[in-house]
Amino acid sequence: MVSSWGRLGRWEHEVRPLAERAQVARQLQAGVPGLAHGMGRSYGDVCLNPGGVLWRTTGLDRFISFDQETGLLRCEAGVLLRDIQRMAIPRGWMLPVTPGTQLVTVGGAIANDVHGKNHHAVGSFGDHVRRIELLRTDGSRILCGPGEHAEWFAATVGGLGLTGVISTADIQLRRVAGPWLETETVPYTNLDEFFALSDASEADWEHTVSWIDCLSGNGRGIFLRANHCAIEGREAPVPRARTMPFVPPVSLVNKLSLAPFNFAYYNLQKSRAGKGVAHYESYFYPLDNLHEWNRMYGPTGFYQYQSVVPRAVGRAAVQAMLEAISDSGEGSFLAVLKTFGEREALGMLSFPQPGVTLALDFPNRGERTLRLFERLDAIVAEAGGRIYMAKDARMPRALFEAGYPRLAEFLQYRDPGISSAMSRRLMGK
Amino acid sequence: MSANKKIVIVGATSAMAEHCARLWAAGQALDLTLLGRNREKTEAVAADLRVRSPQSKVTVMEANFSDPQQIRATVDGIVAGGVPDIVLVAHGSLPDQQACQDNLALAAEAMDVNGISPALFAEAFAGHMQRVNRGTLTIIGSVAGERGRKSNYVYGAAKGLVTRYAEGLQHRLAGTNVKVLLVKPGPTATPMTAHMPQRGMASVESVAAQIVAATAKGQPVLYTPGKWALIMLVIANLPRFVFNRMDI
Repeated sequence: MVSSWGRLGRWEHEVRPLAERAQVARQLQAGVPGLAHGMGRSYGDVCLNPGGVLWRTTGLDRFISFDQETGLLRCEAGVLLRDIQRMAIPRGWMLPVTPGTQLVTVGGAIANDVHGKNHHAVGSFGDHVRRIELLRTDGSRILCGPGEHAEWFAATVGGLGLTGVISTADIQLRRVAGPWLETETVPYTNLDEFFALSDASEADWEHTVSWIDCLSGNGRGIFLRANHCAIEGREAPVPRARTMPFVPPVSLVNKLSLAPFNFAYYNLQKSRAGKGVAHYESYFYPLDNLHEWNRMYGPTGFYQYQSVVPRAVGRAAVQAMLEAISDSGEGSFLAVLKTFGEREALGMLSFPQPGVTLALDFPNRGERTLRLFERLDAIVAEAGGRIYMAKDARMPRALFEAGYPRLAEFLQYRDPGISSAMSRRLMGK
Repeated sequence: MSANKKIVIVGATSAMAEHCARLWAAGQALDLTLLGRNREKTEAVAADLRVRSPQSKVTVMEANFSDPQQIRATVDGIVAGGVPDIVLVAHGSLPDQQACQDNLALAAEAMDVNGISPALFAEAFAGHMQRVNRGTLTIIGSVAGERGRKSNYVYGAAKGLVTRYAEGLQHRLAGTNVKVLLVKPGPTATPMTAHMPQRGMASVESVAAQIVAATAKGQPVLYTPGKWALIMLVIANLPRFVFNRMDI
């Protein structure tokens, strides 16, 4: 029984571990449609294949080579981003792009073409991959990269694992002075202030993101910006890991808790406004030390709804979405608003596009939650936006097809021996 | 003798051994020798360790694990470059119990690779360590070696052999500076156990961390996770009329 990060259900799978690089090609030719599965940190059904095979990639966790002079890393696809960071940062290198958790595999980061708080500066994960080895279930092996079978590369970056299994990747790391960031926290009271802050920050700040109070109709929030910096001799904090010990009978995020939490969080952060210094692990991955935090949404799990809409209509669309959420009384304190840079992602199905992205968690309260999503879908569709597939468990096929115009091109590269719950839901097979 | 700590791992492609090696290699320069049955697999482990610890020297050796003369020669060859500070004997493979009952050749092979071979490696290293009067010999046994059970007594018998052998070495080396650590892991999530239900299994990272810590301390026995000491105390002492009704 396997579930994804949203815990919306548990499904029977036959889990087959991939642990030995030389054996992977042979293991994939076993006949049953399967799907590569790493840490299972995507929220919806992109990493699931109920009734079928999951090739668990976490055993493919070896580095192959690292060039200290150029920063080029070659590793197996099951290596965790955490392990790359911990290996490279003491040597003056780090991953250019990481999402809000480092507990994901390299293969998953490529297949979902993940982005970070510095999208406007450096793009998404796939922009820094130089080459991958793609193994297909017919036994063939394709080496591809930006200048080599570039069409296979563009299909596989953001390709949801559907073009083959990524066995190894070459990633160009970036230089960094150390693990520290200089940070600044700026409260904002409405969306106009948010956009003004974003525009003013993009040139001088590598990392920008904001927490938004999804209940405050006009969109107040906390804007966070940061740059890497060199600090000599400062001791790294010792991380203290905790585990959410059980699944509470009801979601801890609910109508009673949400308003007081958001009020308290906003005011606490407001009181801390100003400059500071942070360690990269606590700054980029604040929830990684609260293991199994997804349990807090209770036994029915949760959805994450992440959309991006073009900048020209972004202000109005985000405002409309916040109003719809506020009306419905649904929502969560995990709500993030961020602008993407003016760059198209290289993957045919990559999520990032120029504009503004809003991500929110919603405890699964059945029909009520789904009805809210229909209202949000209408706003996204009208704005010409799209929904992030790494987070999705329910978007209608029409919205998917409208949001991802390169779908028809992508389908030519699918591996017929690979299928997922998401591919069956959105692509018919 | 080299200034770096010298560690030898027998069965270096086992997931537990590989994770122990990563912990040892983190933050210190090692002289590390990896012994495996399959060179390609062992080289992949070595390449990973060289990236994690560029200051370490990692050597790969391929060996036949079931030939006593080769075991002796291999160990003597390694020791000629200096007696190791730590030896980890980690190889093994989980056999299919039913297949072993039907095919005695499989049973013999399983008992050899999980029992006799680790004991002979331990024996071969112990003599050298005793001669220089230092070092720690860590041997991976199993909780399965505590009491024979219908679901895996071929494996259990082999691991029971390892338990008795380690006890004997501990007795022989008591009063010397050589430490012998017998590790008894409970079910651990590794490729070896991937076909079994994963619920309740320990992570290989946590088991490796405990093995590395216990090796540094030089304690005689490690149950990992610790709860297995209590569980096995109960299982081993259950009266037969109760035990025989259990489907384990």
